Amino acid sequence: MGLSPEALLEAVRAAAGERVSDSLLAFDEAAIVLRRDDAPAVCALLRDRPEFAFNALADLSAVDYFGKVPRFEVVYHLNSLTHGHRLRVKVRVGEEDAWAHSLTMLWKSANWLERECWDMFGIRFVGHPDPRRILMYEEFVGHPLRKDYPVDKRQPLVPERDPIEKGWRF
Amino acid sequence: MALPVTDQRFSVEVDPSEEVMDIQMGPAHPATHGTIKLNLRLDGEVILACDTEVGYLHRGFEKMIEQGTWTQAIPYTDRLNYVSPIINNVGFILGVERLCGIEVPERCQYIRVIMSEISRICDHLTCLGMGAAEAGAQTVGFLTNESREFLWDIVEAVTGARLTISYTRIGGVTLDLPRDINARVAAAFVNLRGVLSDCDKLLTRNRIFYDRMVGVGAISADDAISFGITGPLLRAAGVPYDVRRAHPYSGYERFDFEVPVGSAGDNYDRFLVRVSEIEQSMRIVEQGLREIPDGPIRLDDPRYVLPEKHKVYNSIEGLMHHFKLIMEGAKVPAGEVYQAVEGGNGEVGFYIISDGSGRPYRCRVRPPCFFAMAALGDMLKGHMVADIITTFGMVNMIGGECDR
Repeated sequence: MGLSPEALLEAVRAAAGERVSDSLLAFDEAAIVLRRDDAPAVCALLRDRPEFAFNALADLSAVDYFGKVPRFEVVYHLNSLTHGHRLRVKVRVGEEDAWAHSLTMLWKSANWLERECWDMFGIRFVGHPDPRRILMYEEFVGHPLRKDYPVDKRQPLVPERDPIEKGWRF
Repeated sequence: MALPVTDQRFSVEVDPSEEVMDIQMGPAHPATHGTIKLNLRLDGEVILACDTEVGYLHRGFEKMIEQGTWTQAIPYTDRLNYVSPIINNVGFILGVERLCGIEVPERCQYIRVIMSEISRICDHLTCLGMGAAEAGAQTVGFLTNESREFLWDIVEAVTGARLTISYTRIGGVTLDLPRDINARVAAAFVNLRGVLSDCDKLLTRNRIFYDRMVGVGAISADDAISFGITGPLLRAAGVPYDVRRAHPYSGYERFDFEVPVGSAGDNYDRFLVRVSEIEQSMRIVEQGLREIPDGPIRLDDPRYVLPEKHKVYNSIEGLMHHFKLIMEGAKVPAGEVYQAVEGGNGEVGFYIISDGSGRPYRCRVRPPCFFAMAALGDMLKGHMVADIITTFGMVNMIGGECDR
């Protein structure tokens, strides 16, 4: 069995030191907050240290706290299939500089998840190899999961594309 | 059209003297049960690269859920994986119940487990039957669909609907099991065991099926973990990760079942894992029906649960509670949880945030298919065009869940 949430937070704080800017424990789930520039290094440590062994990025998403500063929270859910413990990692980013470091070099699942996060929230992931939209189409304007995107907004139909003519990116 | 000599993203070496062809497959291809477009780069019949395009079934699930009350969100969860909607209902509501700090009665936990497992069997039957039918074994498709129909009859008898069931509520489920549930399940399982045995005879040692499945679409355990793949695909690669075991919910720790694993991670192992999982799910259902205790099926908690009808009609408190819950919705306390359940295709996760206002602030769904689709290009590289059909069939992409 893995570490309990309390023990996990203790161990993460011991390993990452000052870089853990905040840690939260609620509903039997452990969460840490990282500064944007610390996230890749701390996540690499969480993945590679055998006592943590977070070998899967189970989920990556964002939350729009509209009206608060900083506005967005990028939320990573790490899962250790080896030990069976989970950790939530948060990185807060502002509206003006809505970007985070890409973690595609750590977990392959980050590729599509970061594309979705860009698509839905307009948060850029610096270092992403293929930063396209994923669920919406290229001509779509705006980012639908932002709180200031109206739910009933309609967008014009886009003209038919000929992908053979235009080519697509492999 | 000029073609690049080296493909940057997939670093596939292309012989310039060879004819390379770009082809789109889908989004409405008759042999792929799901709207998805595969942009393929082919060298003859061999797949050099595959760029998977999802999103054709995107309906803004996460946005829509933020518009209504917590109870109004439950029907949306039906439309995620529409083959096994109960599992999504249970996953969402377990997260909400954790936020509320309530625990449902034991009978309700059993009902949720039993119905989840019946849904899981439906999911696996769909995958096996359609996967086999697309590979040419049409008979198997008919057999499994018939068997699934008997299970959906049970689902209908319990919940009142076949697919869009919205069976769970905060603090319980809508309806109790019917009195003849044991007989119904027994009859359906007799049929199902016969079908499984028939399918085993038709497929497992079938030369054509075997040759088309073995070694096709394989993914290593390390890659599968890194891609975030869970469920039967991960277990076929030899990793015994099952949310029901690793993070038990709704009383799964009481149940006695095995987690079948494969070794090669190819389509054939995926097929075998799913068949074994159907057998394990039947075990769980039978154990559940043996041990299910009597008692209430929902909590008596006026903050979250609608009162009994006789209280609504005969007392002012009951009427008030009913009115408040319907008009304003349950006030789920502020907080955030991540609740994972084992869906038919893997870990279905609900990351739910409440601000205490009576409406979900954010509900993120972790769809298991999305991760498998991200890996599809890697699974297919170097295989033939015909292998797309079997691989896609065994991955069992469900559009409603993948695209939300």
